Amino acid sequence: MKIFLLLFSVGSTLLFFSIQKNKTLDESIADGEMIYDDFCLQCHRADGQGVEGIFPPLGQADFLFENIDRSIAAIKYGMQGAIVVNGIEYDGLMADQGLEDQEVADVMNYVLNSWGNSHDQIITIDRVKSVKPLD
Amino acid sequence: MRYLFSTVGLLCCTSVLLYCQDRPDNPPFIETPEKVDYTYQIVVDDLDIPWGMDFISENELLITEKKGELIYAVDGQKTQISGLPFVYQRGQGGLLDVALHPDFKNNNIIYFVTATNTENDDRGGNSALYSAILNLEDFRLDDLTLLYKATPNTKRPHHWGSRIVFDEQGHLYFAIGDRGQRDITPQDLTADGGKIYRLHLDGSIPEDNPFVGQPGAKKAVFSYGHRNPQGMIFHPQEKEIWLNEHGPRGGDEINISKKGLNYGWPVITHGINYSGTIITDQTHREGMEQPFYYWIPSIGPSGMAISTSDIYPDWKGNIFVGSLTFSYLERLVIENNQVVKREKVLDKIGRVRNVKEGLDGYLYVGVENLGIVKIIPPNENISASL
Repeated sequence: MKIFLLLFSVGSTLLFFSIQKNKTLDESIADGEMIYDDFCLQCHRADGQGVEGIFPPLGQADFLFENIDRSIAAIKYGMQGAIVVNGIEYDGLMADQGLEDQEVADVMNYVLNSWGNSHDQIITIDRVKSVKPLD
Repeated sequence: MRYLFSTVGLLCCTSVLLYCQDRPDNPPFIETPEKVDYTYQIVVDDLDIPWGMDFISENELLITEKKGELIYAVDGQKTQISGLPFVYQRGQGGLLDVALHPDFKNNNIIYFVTATNTENDDRGGNSALYSAILNLEDFRLDDLTLLYKATPNTKRPHHWGSRIVFDEQGHLYFAIGDRGQRDITPQDLTADGGKIYRLHLDGSIPEDNPFVGQPGAKKAVFSYGHRNPQGMIFHPQEKEIWLNEHGPRGGDEINISKKGLNYGWPVITHGINYSGTIITDQTHREGMEQPFYYWIPSIGPSGMAISTSDIYPDWKGNIFVGSLTFSYLERLVIENNQVVKREKVLDKIGRVRNVKEGLDGYLYVGVENLGIVKIIPPNENISASL
């Protein structure tokens, strides 16, 4: 009986923390909006359209949806070098913003579901953790 | 009734207009020169965000990279200096300005400002001023000393400052921005942030600092009500601390920091929120200083220099400010205590983070994703020096 109680309490504690850890997509998007406003909006703009030729767009952007892990890596570690987004070349520098892994997941979920974007699959903190620097 | 509707309608229209309209551009308007007769040369290449720099000799530079590298460059060759404290990367925060002690030749002391966390908590970070001895035999910092650390830590990514300058009376000045907490820090003398600070060169607090006698006040504060100063000089003729600071949309300013004065942020400003909403309808208030100049539209000012040499014809005494937003260096001509002309230099070169006059009298410009650029006057061929 004692063992059962112990197992039950350990089990429920684990369950509690796993629920704590995993946000719903809606929660993550809501938190991601605050991150976006603080860290991303200045360049990528409130409408997610960036500035043509200088800061790439995020809304309806082919590059983003074709390179989700690369985009996560760009947020985590920074990004440099030429890329083509919706047929236009961008050759700038995005500095590492020092976001925590959960914050990277949140802002990705926000970006992937704003300005006409939609992406059913949630980006989890575990996926962010697994993304390594490019090269 | 119809009258009421139209009045309400008119009020709605007016408020919509107020909501999204910037104030008109502030003169003098920026000019693009028809003829450009200077050239430039990249003297240190391959840098990401060269936030700060200072000159050891005519061909030796000390450069900070925001991501947390201190670089010694001689004739363009870079060597990394070890021994930095923990550099906290968060939004606009990282390793910021660096400056040589006025008597560096004899004591090898340098100062730098960095975003850091010295308390080992998990609450983010704040700006700190350090001194250290630059050991160029082993390319490392010795005798690292924390001179000032702003508290409390926060994960807010905004407005860390900073530049480091010296006056002729043995004082060091540095800036810390409002840390993205405009309703908390800039107007509260007991809080860090939104301030210009003044210390002795050993980090001690001058007894004649303006708020030394005020209970609870941060005693290192020299002036307050600032938002985010990222350019600062000791003006060699006026003998004053001149600075530029990022405002909200349409509220970037040049201020002359004077002992104990309040520069008004966020109670008064000429700008509005980046979202288009109003911060305050007040641009003036008794007891708060007006800026020397304000930019509408905002240029995103970073770095400040004054040309004191005879190297560039017509530029002597002009103020130079980097524009992050529009990717040029701005030349400001000042007559009778007013900005009378603004002109683009190095148009479209990239985000200009920093500008400084070298020991040789040339202007050196720190450009993001490019490097350190030296401006060559029209009468000179590109020389191989530095």
